This record gives sequence, C-alpha cells and structure tokens, in this order.
Amino acid sequence: MIKRILLAMGLGVTVLLAACSGEPLNNPYSGENQSAGETLYNSFSERPKHLDPARAYSSNEYAIIGQIYEPPLQYHYLKRPYQLESLSAKELPVVRYMDKRGKELPKEAAEELIAWSEYEISITPGTQFQPHPAFARSNSGKLLYHKLSAEQLEPISQLSDFEEAGSRELIAEDFVYQIKRLVSPLTHSPISELMKQHILGLSDFEKATAKRYQQWLKESGKKHFFDLRQGEIAGVKVIDRYHYRIRIRGKYPQFIYWLAMPFFAPMAWEADSFYAQQGLIDKNITLDWYPVGTGPYLLAENNPNRRMILERNPLFHDAAYPLEGEPGDKEKGLLNDAGKKLPFIDRVVYILEKESIPYWSKFLQGYYDASGVSSDSFDQAIEFSGEGEVGLTPAMMDKGIQLQTAVTTSIYYMGFNMLDPVVGGSTERARKLRQAIGIAVDFEEYISIFLNGRGVASQGILPPGIFGNEEGSEGINHYLYDWLNNQPKRKNLEVAKRLLVEAGYPNGRARETGKPLALYFDATSSGPDDKARLNWYRKQFAKLGIQLVIRATDYNRFQSKIRNGNAQIFMWGWNADYPDPENFFFLLYGQNGKVSNGGENATNYQNSEFDRLFEQMRNGENGPERLSQIRQLQEIIRRDSPWLFGFHPKAFSLYHDWYKNLKTNLMANNRLKYQRIDSEFRNKKREEWNSPVFWPIVLIVLLLLLVFIPVWYIYRKKEQETAL
Amino acid sequence: MINYIIRRLLYMIPLLLGVNLITFVLFFVVNSPDDMARMHLGQKYVTEEAVSKWKSERGYDLPLFWNDEQEGIEKVEETIFFEKSVGLFFLNFGRSDNGRDIAADIGQRMWPSLAIALPSLIVGLLVNISFALLMVFFRASRLALWGVTLCVALMSISGLFYIIGGQFLVGKLLMLVPISGYDTGLAAIKFLILPVLIGVVGGIGSGARWYRTLFLEEIEKDYVRTARAKGLSETRVLFTHVLQNAMIPILTGVVVILPLLFMGSLLTESFFSIPGLGSYTIDAINMQDFAIVRSMVFLGSLLYIFGLLLTDISYTLVDPRVRLS
Amino acid sequence: MVVYWTDGLIFFLVIMIVLLGWRTAGKEHLRRPWRKVAENRMGMVSLVVLLFFVTIGLLDSVHFYPDLEEGSAHQSNEAISLFDEWVTPIRVQDEKSYSAPFANRLFAKEMVELTDGQVVWDYPRLHYGGAHLHDESRKTADIIGLAGKGMLHGLAIWLLAIPLIYFLKQRTLKGVGHNLIPIFKGETVLPLRAIALTFLFLSILTCSAAELALHYHIFGTDKVGQDVFYQALKSIRTGLMIGTLTTLVMLPLALSFGILAGFFRGWVDDLIQYLYTTLSSIPGVLLIAASILMMQVYMANHEEQFASLALRADMRLLFLCLILGITSWTGLCRLLRAETLKLREMEYVQAATAMGVRRSVILVRHILPNLFHIVLISVVLDFSALVLAEAVLSYVNIGVDPTTNSWGNMINSARLEMAREPVVWWSLAAAFTFMFTLVLAANLFADSVRDAFDPRRAAD
Repeated sequence: MIKRILLAMGLGVTVLLAACSGEPLNNPYSGENQSAGETLYNSFSERPKHLDPARAYSSNEYAIIGQIYEPPLQYHYLKRPYQLESLSAKELPVVRYMDKRGKELPKEAAEELIAWSEYEISITPGTQFQPHPAFARSNSGKLLYHKLSAEQLEPISQLSDFEEAGSRELIAEDFVYQIKRLVSPLTHSPISELMKQHILGLSDFEKATAKRYQQWLKESGKKHFFDLRQGEIAGVKVIDRYHYRIRIRGKYPQFIYWLAMPFFAPMAWEADSFYAQQGLIDKNITLDWYPVGTGPYLLAENNPNRRMILERNPLFHDAAYPLEGEPGDKEKGLLNDAGKKLPFIDRVVYILEKESIPYWSKFLQGYYDASGVSSDSFDQAIEFSGEGEVGLTPAMMDKGIQLQTAVTTSIYYMGFNMLDPVVGGSTERARKLRQAIGIAVDFEEYISIFLNGRGVASQGILPPGIFGNEEGSEGINHYLYDWLNNQPKRKNLEVAKRLLVEAGYPNGRARETGKPLALYFDATSSGPDDKARLNWYRKQFAKLGIQLVIRATDYNRFQSKIRNGNAQIFMWGWNADYPDPENFFFLLYGQNGKVSNGGENATNYQNSEFDRLFEQMRNGENGPERLSQIRQLQEIIRRDSPWLFGFHPKAFSLYHDWYKNLKTNLMANNRLKYQRIDSEFRNKKREEWNSPVFWPIVLIVLLLLLVFIPVWYIYRKKEQETAL
Repeated sequence: MINYIIRRLLYMIPLLLGVNLITFVLFFVVNSPDDMARMHLGQKYVTEEAVSKWKSERGYDLPLFWNDEQEGIEKVEETIFFEKSVGLFFLNFGRSDNGRDIAADIGQRMWPSLAIALPSLIVGLLVNISFALLMVFFRASRLALWGVTLCVALMSISGLFYIIGGQFLVGKLLMLVPISGYDTGLAAIKFLILPVLIGVVGGIGSGARWYRTLFLEEIEKDYVRTARAKGLSETRVLFTHVLQNAMIPILTGVVVILPLLFMGSLLTESFFSIPGLGSYTIDAINMQDFAIVRSMVFLGSLLYIFGLLLTDISYTLVDPRVRLS
Repeated sequence: MVVYWTDGLIFFLVIMIVLLGWRTAGKEHLRRPWRKVAENRMGMVSLVVLLFFVTIGLLDSVHFYPDLEEGSAHQSNEAISLFDEWVTPIRVQDEKSYSAPFANRLFAKEMVELTDGQVVWDYPRLHYGGAHLHDESRKTADIIGLAGKGMLHGLAIWLLAIPLIYFLKQRTLKGVGHNLIPIFKGETVLPLRAIALTFLFLSILTCSAAELALHYHIFGTDKVGQDVFYQALKSIRTGLMIGTLTTLVMLPLALSFGILAGFFRGWVDDLIQYLYTTLSSIPGVLLIAASILMMQVYMANHEEQFASLALRADMRLLFLCLILGITSWTGLCRLLRAETLKLREMEYVQAATAMGVRRSVILVRHILPNLFHIVLISVVLDFSALVLAEAVLSYVNIGVDPTTNSWGNMINSARLEMAREPVVWWSLAAAFTFMFTLVLAANLFADSVRDAFDPRRAAD
C-alpha cells in the first residue's frame, strides 16, 4: 500500500517536473524537433514496402517518394480537370507519329498507319541531385564511396554516417537509366510487363540484359555492380546532354500520364552502383530504403519501425507556387503564395501510428495536422445542413478545423463472374437476374450506413472528373434508375421482382424445382466492420427472396479464386492510375480476362461489340467522337451488367487552421511542396487545448489514504489482539 | 551441475528442430510460395513471370523437403526447408522477404518491448505482493473476502478494456501523457507511464490472487505456527518468515518469464504505437513474410527453453535441497 | 432439425457430465467434497448464475430449419435455434443503424421526409424501438410500467415455483409454510436462502427484460441496426463453447500423456516431454493463426461441404476450440505428470505392483482417481481464461468467424465505436456486462471448487 502511494507520488512528481518545462504534458514530440523551422506531422500505419521508384506502386509509398523523385511531368496542383505540366522536363513533350518507314504522319492520321509514336523530352539544365554520398568525389574527381573497405564500413550504421556528400547535375542519361531499370533482373518493377508492350525494344533489351546478368553472376561473384549503362533500348535514345526520346509502339496517348509517375523519374547510375555494395546491403542501406532524387525533400531519417523524416533538399531547383488555379481558388486563399519559391515546409515527420483511435485523438489535440474522417469519427466531425449540404460540427469549427471533400477517381463494384453458370453468361435469363439484383442492392443505403454518405452511387463505370462521365438525366443507368425530381431514383423493387420472374425465379425460387435460389458471395473478412457489412449484403438479396451464402476467406484465397474463376459474386475496387476513361473501360476488355489471360478483367466479361468499340475508343482524342463511343460502351455494360457499379467514394479530409494551401488533388503525388504550416499559431493552440487536469490524481491519492485509515485501524486492533 | 547444463543445452537442438519443422509445415500448408510472391508484388499488373522471378531470387522455387532432381545429400540440402533452417541455428536470421536485415530489426525493436515489460514486471510484482500480503494479513475477514472478489473482478475484465479505458481517461480527458507514440532515451518515459500503468493494473487481479495462494500455503506450515507461538507479532511473522519462504516460488515464477520479456506484448504495442517486437510477428504473418515469422518463432522458443533452464538453475540456488541430475 | 458439430459435442459433454455425476453420487468419498461446494454460499450463487447461462447456451444449440412461410413445403437454408425461435421478435426487429438503449429515434441525424413531403435533417423514428408510443414524452413512464409488469411476472413465477419444487420433492404440500421458515431465516446447511434469492433475482430480471425487449432495444442497436441485447445473448453460446469444448479436446490429451509419462518414465517420458516442450515453446498466436488459415484453405477447396454461412462459422468455432485445446493441454499435462510421479512412489501403488496387479488396473484404480482434483481445478480455472482469450483473438482476426455472435467480435467492433463522439458505448457495455457476469461466476465457482477439492485446503 505504501508502495502504491509512493508510486502515485512518483507519477505526480514526474508529471509536475514535466509541467515545469513549459510544453503540454501530452506532447508526443520532444522539444528539439519543434525548434528547427516549420514541421509537418504525419503518420503511417504500415511501413512502406518499397521506396525504389521502379518498384513502388502503392499510395503510402508514393506519399513519400513523390516528394523525393521528380518524373518528367506532374499534375497541376490547382487546376481541374487534371492537367499535366512539366516537372523535371522543360515543357510538355510533343508527340509525333511515324509510319513504318519512319516518315512523320500528321496528327489525325489513321491508327493503322502509325507504326510508332515518338516523345522527345528536354530537361532544364542546372537541376541538381540531392546531396548524397554516392556522388561524393575526392579532389582528384574519383568517387569516394563506391569501393568501400571493411574499415570504411565499420562506423556506418545509417546513411547520414557518411562524412562527405556530393551532387551532380541531372542529365538525360539518368532518365534513360531508370527506364532500363524497369526491366532489370535486379528490380521487379510492377509495370515491366505493361511497358514491354508499349516501349519499342524494351523487351529485347530485357532479354539481352538477362543474358548478360547470368554471365555477370558467374564472372564477377557480385564484386562490382551490374552496370545497366551498357546496352541500348532501341526505342529510348539519349539525343544530347539535355534531350532524350522515347518511341512507343503504335499509338498510345495514355503514355504521357505514365511520364508523371515516379516510374519514370531520373535515377543516377552512381546511386545504383553505390547501393550495390554488399557491405551496405548488410546494414539495410539500399536504394529501396534511401532514395536519391532531385525533388524538394530528401529522406533524412528512415526508421520504418518508428518514424521517417523528410527534410528540405538544399539543392532543390527553382520552383514556384502556381500563379493561377481554377475559379474560386483565389477566394479560398489558395493563391496567396502565388509565385513564391517552393517548398515552404522544412521537415515532415511521419510517425508510426497503428490504430485509428489514438490518431484521431491526437489530431484533435493538435498533434497531427490533418486527418481523414473514419466512419466512426464522422458524427463527431461532420453534419449536414437542412439542405443536405456537408458542413463541420460546431465542435470542429470551434477548433478552427477545416474540411475538404472530393469524389475520388475510383470505383467500387459488385462483380459477377461471367463464367459462372448461374449469374454469368450473356443469356437473357442471366442478364435479367443481374439487373434484378442491381436494383435490389441499394448502394445508396450502403453509402449512408457504411460511408456516412461519403460517396456517390455510380451510374456507370466512370467516376466524376474523368472524361466521359455525364451528370444529369442522360448520364443515368436507366436499367436500374429513373430520373425523378431532377435526380436519379433507384427503380422500385417491384421492377426487380418482375425481372426476376422473367429470369425464371419468381419470388427467388427456381420455377422448375421451387427451390430457393442460393447465390454465393465471395468476400474477404478482415475488420470488425465486416460482420455488419456482410449482413447487409444478405439483407439486400433477401429482398428478392434470394439467399446469399457468404464465403469469407483471406485476401490471398480470394485472389486465387478470382484468378481461377471460382468466385461467383464479389466486391472489388479500382483506383485510377491516370485520369483517362481507358483506365476504367479496360477492366472489362475481353483480352484482359482474368482467367484467360491473367489480366485485370476480374469478371471475365467478354462482348465482341464492346471490345470492338473499346479498341476504337482507347487511343482517341477527347472529343465528341470519343464521347459517343463512351456512351455506347456504357450502354452495353449497363445492359449486360457484369458489374453493379457500386459507388465512387468521396474523400473527406480535415485539417487544422494552421495548415495552408491545401487542395485535394487525387492525381498528384508531390503535394507537400505547395503546403505551408504556421507553427507559431499551432504551438499556441496546442498549449491552449492541452492543459492537463490534475485533480483526479489528487482525488485518487486522497481516496487511497481514506481507505488506508480503516485498514490501519483494523491492523492496530489485530496487532493488539495477537499481542494479548 | 555443468554436466547438467551442457546436457540441457544439447537437448535444445532436437527441440528447436521440432519447433522449426512445425512452423515450416504450418506456414507452407497455408501459403504457397506463389501466394507469398503475389502478396509482396502488390495488386496491379502482376504476371506469372514476375512471380517466378521473385521466388527464384529468394530461393522459394525449390521443393519443400525433398529434392528428387538432385543426387545424394543434395536431395535434402537443395530444399527450402534446409536452406532456410540452417542459418537459424547459428543465429543468422538473414533478410526478410522484403529485403531488410532481420537481426538488425530485432535488435532495434527489442528495446522498446523491454522498456515496457521490465518496469511493468517490477512495479507489478511490488504492487501484487503488497496487495496479497494485505489480503493474507486480514484473512478470514470481510476485508479479505472483498479483496478476493475485487481480484476476480479485475481478472474478469478483458485486457482490451484496460487499454481503451486508460487511453481515454488519462490521455484524452486528463491530458497528462501522450496518447501514443515513442521516443528514444529519457524522452521515452512520458510515453511509457500509461502502458506500464495499464500493464500493472491489468495484472493485479491474477497476480495478487496467485501470490495470496502462495502465502496462504506457507502460513499453514509448522514453522509459522512455532514462530507465532514464540510470540512474534503477526507483521513480523508475515514479513520475515512467510515472505522469505514464499520468495522461492515467486522468484522461479519470475525467472521463467524473464527471457520472454523481449518478445513484447501485441495489444499494448499496437495501441500505443510502440515499435516493439510484439507486433513484429503478427505484422509478418499478415504480410506473409515467412523469413520474419520463422526467425521470431525460433527466437521465441529459444528464449522459452532458456527460461526453463534458468528456472531449474535458480531452484538449486535458492533451495539447496534440490539437486540437478 | 440439424445438428452442427459443436451442438453434438456440447450435448455429448452434457451427457458425460450427467453420467459422471450419477456415478459420483453413489460414492461417499467422492460426494464429500461436492457437499462442501454445495455448502459454500458464494459457490452456489455463482453456480445458479452459471446454470442460467448454460441453459441459454444449450437452448441456442438446438438448431433446425424454419419453414420459409407458414405451411410452406420449403425450408429456409439458414438454420435457427430454439433460442432464436423463442426470441424471434428481437431477432428480426432490425433498425437502420445505431440507436441508443431504450431510444425511440436513431442515433444519427438523417434526411427525414415528413408527412407533408417536407424534408428535414433530424433524428428519424425507429421502426420498432418505442414505435408503439404516440406521445414520445411518455417514454419513461412507459418503460417503468413495462419493467414493473415484468417484475410482477417474475415474482409470480418465483412464488409459484417454490411450492411446486417443494411438492415435487416431498410429494405433498403439507407443512410448506412450516418447512420454508428455516430456509428464509438462513438456518439450513445448504445455502438455500441465497439460492432462492438468486432465483428470484434472475426470474425478475428475465421477465422484465423480456417485457422490455418486445418494445425497446434494451442495449440499443449496432451499426446495421441489429439488436445488441440479442447479440449479447447469442454470444453466450460462443463463450460457453470455447470454454467447454476446448476442455473436451484438451482433457484426453493431457490425461493420457501426463499419466503415461509419469507412470512409465523412460523413453515414453522423454518423448512426451519433448512433445509438450516443443508445442509450448511455439507462440500460441502463431499456431492459432496458422490453423485458422489452414481451415479456411480447406473450406475454400471443399466449398460444396460448407454451403451455408452457419456451417462455416460452426466449423471455425470447432476448429478454434480444437486448436486452443492443442495449445493448452501442455500445462495440465506437466502438472499431471509431476503428480503421477509422486503417486507412483506411494506405498499403496508399490504394494499393488508387488502383488502383481496389472499395470492398466493400477492406472485406472489407483492413479486416475487421485488426479481427479487437479483436473477439476484446472478445468474450472481455464474456463474463464478461455472466454477472455476469445476477445483478444478476435482482435488479431484469428478468433471466431466474423459472422458469429461473440463478445470478442462485439468488443472488437466497439473499439472503433469508442472513438465516435458521442460515444457508442452500448455494444461494449453489453458485451462487458455479460462477459463479466459469466467470467465472474465461473471464477467464484472455481474458487469454491478449489477450496473443496484441494487436499491441502480441505483442512481449513
């Protein structure tokens, strides 16, 4: 008991001591971090797997390398619809089409004539790589750290332990080097297969390199690095120090979007060579963990077990905040910094935070600068006005928290396996069954229960903001919706029931046998929310009298079921790589069948009319002709219903008052450089919001004492008894 | 004694081999190397070629236990099991499937785990023993009955409640400590107060009850009666005789868990975002990183067996009557 | 009628216990410690509570396929239990989303269309909870009225039951008043008064809950509008299954291996020791995770055998029990081995050996009965630990099937609900109340069993 009081007192003392130091007690950051410049606090819940631009492909990885590597192009921060502009390139490349003999064709030339298209990219002279030991040279110009001896390696435990760092000017060679890395046997780039189909000669280069690699393995014993500078890709040429050229097979206008992804960011061969040293690999110092780029930030600390810190790159080239945005941006203060030199924030600290509850609490205490809105913190943060407009709750407004919303460029859909004998196939019966289910599965309700209304029920495959998406009555899925009161209204359940009768299942029973129709829903179960969600699906099907049997499994098993075509009904999603309708319609292209070709067409939908139209549409220019093709495509898939177009989620983000220049941009990865933090204001607010409450501790101590008195009394009494 | 220890150490080899075999079988019955590759390669545009490349690079393209294509001893050696197991016995954990050095990661994550486990253990021990002593002192009274009921009540609450409740109360309402996070060095203290406090409070129920039984057993013994008959006060009897003699089972109970303290606690670490070893294994299972799973299981069993050995030795040290043979 | 694996096993277990009890009743030396348990007030009160839980659990373990409609030839492919049938109103009265306990409106605001076609942003009325109220301000009075009605029912049942039990026992009602007086004065050897009062408490509670649940959601509704009270009640079965079936798996392993190792020593001992050291040195979480995944793979490959959701959930529950049994037999095995080693050297065993009694007979006659108290104590103690463990396993997603009602699953989803503001506390509270009651009762009962059976304490 005495010990417990001591403990409580000890706790009190620690607390008091900390209180004297002047910062809030619950501040999770130690003082030194706050002093140096403007710092942004962010988090990650799972350590990124790859930071190598040739390998990284998921959003949590892009959040970091997007700030470090600079591909030739980027999306304009403010303008909508999304627009490409130059980043490490000098200007947007102009595409030229050539025929078989290498003769240039006019822009509007027929697709069949085009043998290859050519992109010539010029880069701005004078751009420097970030300071890095890989570039460090001795006075005589020799690279310092490329043949590290055991003694040199001894004191090194992280990258910052190297004494010298150098830099080098960015040249065209670096871009070409990275394209080679996409197919290198040492990197497993997720897009290598895709790019081999498009970039001329890449496939041959890969074969030759693989052969050379085997040779190299035998001869070198991995002593020196495998140099990719040898060998040429037929379609990728360095023209001079600041120019290079990429040749694409046929016509593939979407290629320009790929140039805005980190896959095409420049990579210095020195970095590759430096990190190839076994001694460094053994210390976890690899290119996959310590990026070398030209961007506004460099990765100063990388401890995936705890935190990652980005710091301002001192050699960052001149870049300015955009001068113009979309209408309304000026009023929102988004142009206040127009023309100023980027970046504004000095450090960005990413902290490991696994659970959403602590994250949310810390955001409210001011220790994180921005937060998403989880479905469970929703009611606390957001409310709708009488007219159904989204707004913040008074509690949030009191704190000066701001809200931003945007419909994401993704779609979640319920897919039917078209190879399945019951729900699949192109017979009239199956089509009606799918349409009936489409009416019954009320995604509006799903959105309101599970997403708190943060989503738009899809009328077709294209999310808003992508060319071809149409609002209004002509854009609705008239198989499932009616246009009523100026908005789409899901058709009556009676219609669905009638369709079901026509499909041969009156009241959900097979007409011949009278047996209830049982369908199978393949799902992955992971979170605590899943139970509710699966129950919901069952309820939807039960409306039609169909019994939904849920086959829940882990993600691996789910994927292999899809791969083998063993699934029947499933929910899946797609996140756009680039804002082009092709990136959505190709998910239903017959050639991309999951089972037949291992492609991305998970429902194995095959319709020759659709395929023909898609082939016409995919490489077209945005214009009336493409729009009419898209309309026809939409009509086909709405009728066939291989998917129930579920919904496009809306991203809601909250941020504190001191966090400026924030605009939701779903395409750009390098948003950080535009943003600004007012840390003085933040410190003030933090102190205001986090004054500790001591009295309960005092109360507990008193209470313990109070308990102690009778105990002491009994103790004395008992002591006397035994003494007698 | 030395003989005994050597024999026990040798005995570890078949044990660890067995553990390794079980881990291996369990993991590969569930996950084929193909699954692992797909998991690591991401979701979009994954081709068969990439999968087989991934496997061959990490040595998962070999047969599991028996290689028919090879000759002689290589039939066993050229297999995933052999290739992946041998290193472990030399404590060479190798690299995780996404390329990080496992030993370095373990070395780094071990300390936060220890930083929570050790204070929780010590403070918990003190609190539990004092509470148990109090209950024994007031045994057969209404106070003791309430004490036991309180213990049972505390025991009947799931560990998750303590964590969620503690964070809500101390971190969010009172704002005394950071809700979650971690730092190195002395700055870690303010992050550790809450998890340690919760660890201690959560452990009182079962701990105090267990020590109470130990003391009660001791108090029935003849020497205690003699001591009492000599006219020693109840306090003296409790503190000098009972506590001292009950120290043996208490100590040996602590020794056996000492090595396992390194392994950390999954729940606490996830909720407080403490980068310890507790969440390392589960993360690895979820990411299907077999290299980490196998290393952690191996390490865990090694420490467990080591703990058993320590217990045996500590028995002989505190109780001269016990001889190891 | 359909018998799931777990159903069959639990009834098998019940039959075993009844048989065992019947055998025990005939032997005085075995009856003595039980009588001691029976005389313990705390023990008996908790036993009554436990039995109450067990009754619900067993009712929930008799499954059948209900007819799709009244008199239809076809049956639904989702089986329900007797218990489900009994509580049908609260099973099917789903709201849209969260609603607080005893609420008559939803927890979150929504667009509500008024009768005059106007749309406002307000809390909509619930479909079932308090739907009978015309005047919402009379809610409290209504609740108190319903609760009072339930209480009266409960009291009436209790008042009728006591003479009935008396009649069944004595075959006459003569002298009821006279014989009941000592009970109510608390003067009987067995704590009959406490038992009777517990009955009263439980019957009042059940009746008022039943009365209220018809008109309100006592513990509110969850995210998809299911009644939380119903979920908590359904979870009882899961908790009981995990606590008891695991024992069913664990006991044969621990008993046979423990005795064999202790009795035969030599290589048998070495082998068994090797087995349990290996098993217990692998982290349990990993074993459980791997086995659960293994089962999922099996189910994915044999889809036709697991056509319904309930069947899959049941298989997973069974598997979880199985694997928990496999991970937890080692502790008991070690205890039993040590005890057998000790018993083996006892004079009477030595004498039996010397007289040439067969070893199997010695094992069954002399060793086994003397281990019984250890087995009993550890089984009762393990029960509550296992019920608690389920909650933690659900957190790591390796617990029972996510579609199974279980306290673990409820707590796990409550994790997110706790971050809401205003807090959705009722799922957590319901799970906590029920789990706490069960575990507390089990723990207190275990205590009294231990006091009665432990030879070292028997002297007290």
